[in-house]
Amino acid sequence: MSALAQSHFAEALLDADRAIPPDVTSHTTRVPARRFGVYRNNVVASLVNALRIRFPAVARIVGDEFFAGMARLFVTAQPPRSPLLMRYGDAFPDFIAGFTPAAELLYLPDVARVEAARTRAYHAADMRPLDLCDIATQPPETLGALRVSLHPSIEIVRSAFPVVTIWAMNSGEAELTPIDDWRGEDALVARPALDVEMRALPAGGAAFLRALFNNETLGQAATLALADSDQFDLAANLAGLFGAGLVVAIEHSPLMEPAS
Amino acid sequence: MPIASCLPARAGVGFKPEHFRDILVDDQPLGFLEIHAENYMGAGGPPHAQLGALRERYALSVHGVGLSIGHMGDLDHAHLMRLKALCERYQPESFSEHLAWSSHSDGFGEVFYNDLLPLPYTHETLARVAAHIDEVQNALGRQMLLENPSTYVRFTASTIAETDFLRELASVTGCGLLLDINNVFVSAKNHGTSARDYLASFPLDRVREIHLGGHDEQADETGAPLLIDAHGSPVADPVWALYAETIARTGPLPTLIEWDNDVPVWPVLKAEAVAAQAMLDRAVQAVAA
Repeated sequence: MSALAQSHFAEALLDADRAIPPDVTSHTTRVPARRFGVYRNNVVASLVNALRIRFPAVARIVGDEFFAGMARLFVTAQPPRSPLLMRYGDAFPDFIAGFTPAAELLYLPDVARVEAARTRAYHAADMRPLDLCDIATQPPETLGALRVSLHPSIEIVRSAFPVVTIWAMNSGEAELTPIDDWRGEDALVARPALDVEMRALPAGGAAFLRALFNNETLGQAATLALADSDQFDLAANLAGLFGAGLVVAIEHSPLMEPAS
Repeated sequence: MPIASCLPARAGVGFKPEHFRDILVDDQPLGFLEIHAENYMGAGGPPHAQLGALRERYALSVHGVGLSIGHMGDLDHAHLMRLKALCERYQPESFSEHLAWSSHSDGFGEVFYNDLLPLPYTHETLARVAAHIDEVQNALGRQMLLENPSTYVRFTASTIAETDFLRELASVTGCGLLLDINNVFVSAKNHGTSARDYLASFPLDRVREIHLGGHDEQADETGAPLLIDAHGSPVADPVWALYAETIARTGPLPTLIEWDNDVPVWPVLKAEAVAAQAMLDRAVQAVAA
């Protein structure tokens, strides 16, 4: 097979309108449409299935048939660029956001973002979390100058919709009921041990974590979180952070001075 | 000196995460487990935790499905390095890949098609695939096994029989062969040829592992059988028969049950492995007698 012949074969896989490559044949028919169709179907169906496995809540919300149609269009428009299928679909949430037939479901792209983050967390590097005792030994007046390293599996999805609640209801984690308190939720996705965990962050929590990711001290991060929400509660957020096993290291700021 | 493929000549299964607890509860009658390499290329998490625990108890075969050895362009070096890292981490008894391609450039970069696609057998493709196998064996520092494909179409350009193509590759590169008997059966039905003739001309002395799996039956537009290598059902009776005939000639070989789709509960998959092991035991007795 010349490289050119392989190109013809490859191009015809994702484009059902393209003719079957001229060098392809069979013992029953000169132009084996049904047989070549097996390859076309294997490619598209296996990739649609990979997306269905990665985005089960999205599939549950829109139904299998709608999901398959939407996923097929994504597969042909943005096929995988790597043999690591665990990463395939990172761009699916943005595709859904631009997919007109799903436009009514304003929250759908954020549900997909949460599911994409969950897979990344599943495969993220392992690190042993610290527990609350590790910070309890710190003199309280020095806390503000500490920097912490967060678990590598952590991702935050900020949403204008109750995305954690919607995901839970469409994943068998919570009963499917009308959502009375329809308000934005910031999802925290992490895998401190073997199970991927997700929760809605308290007010200011997302800004706090983002600041810690940017290597700000606890004090600076708390200031930024308070600017994001005046309801931010540092003690509760710190307890949540350590309690959930999301901190893997503590370091003192080289510029550390006792807080007044 | 490259590490030779050395799985025990017993029955094994393709590992599925849903069977993890079942497999760990007590000693299973398994000679080895096989994994798809690409599922263990993340940084951490449950896949590595499970594989680490299984590796302590069982011989391991790492089976790649994404290297695209039959690609007419260059091998994906980054992917080869990922395979190398995986083999160094788990030190498997065997590494295998397919006589097929799965990636191709569309002008914007490589596209991964997630299927094992066929190639014509010519002197040009033979040279290309041999060069790729050399590159893999040099990078990994170990012998690899190459698996015969299941195919649905033929190429007008082919000038070499598949069995001759594989024999020549093994001879030129020193690679071993992974004989998938379900693939032999599927391809023979699909091309109106004889699976027994294929096996009669197969270089069995190069075989270091056998695969068995299930297939689906369809028909093409002329009504001729079109079998699909679906790995979603038990091994078919004619495939068991070909297997028994093959190991009667070769003696016992490491034998894997592949069941990748509609994965059954563990006792069903285990029963397939037990059936293969019973045939292996008979082959041992036949050799001894």
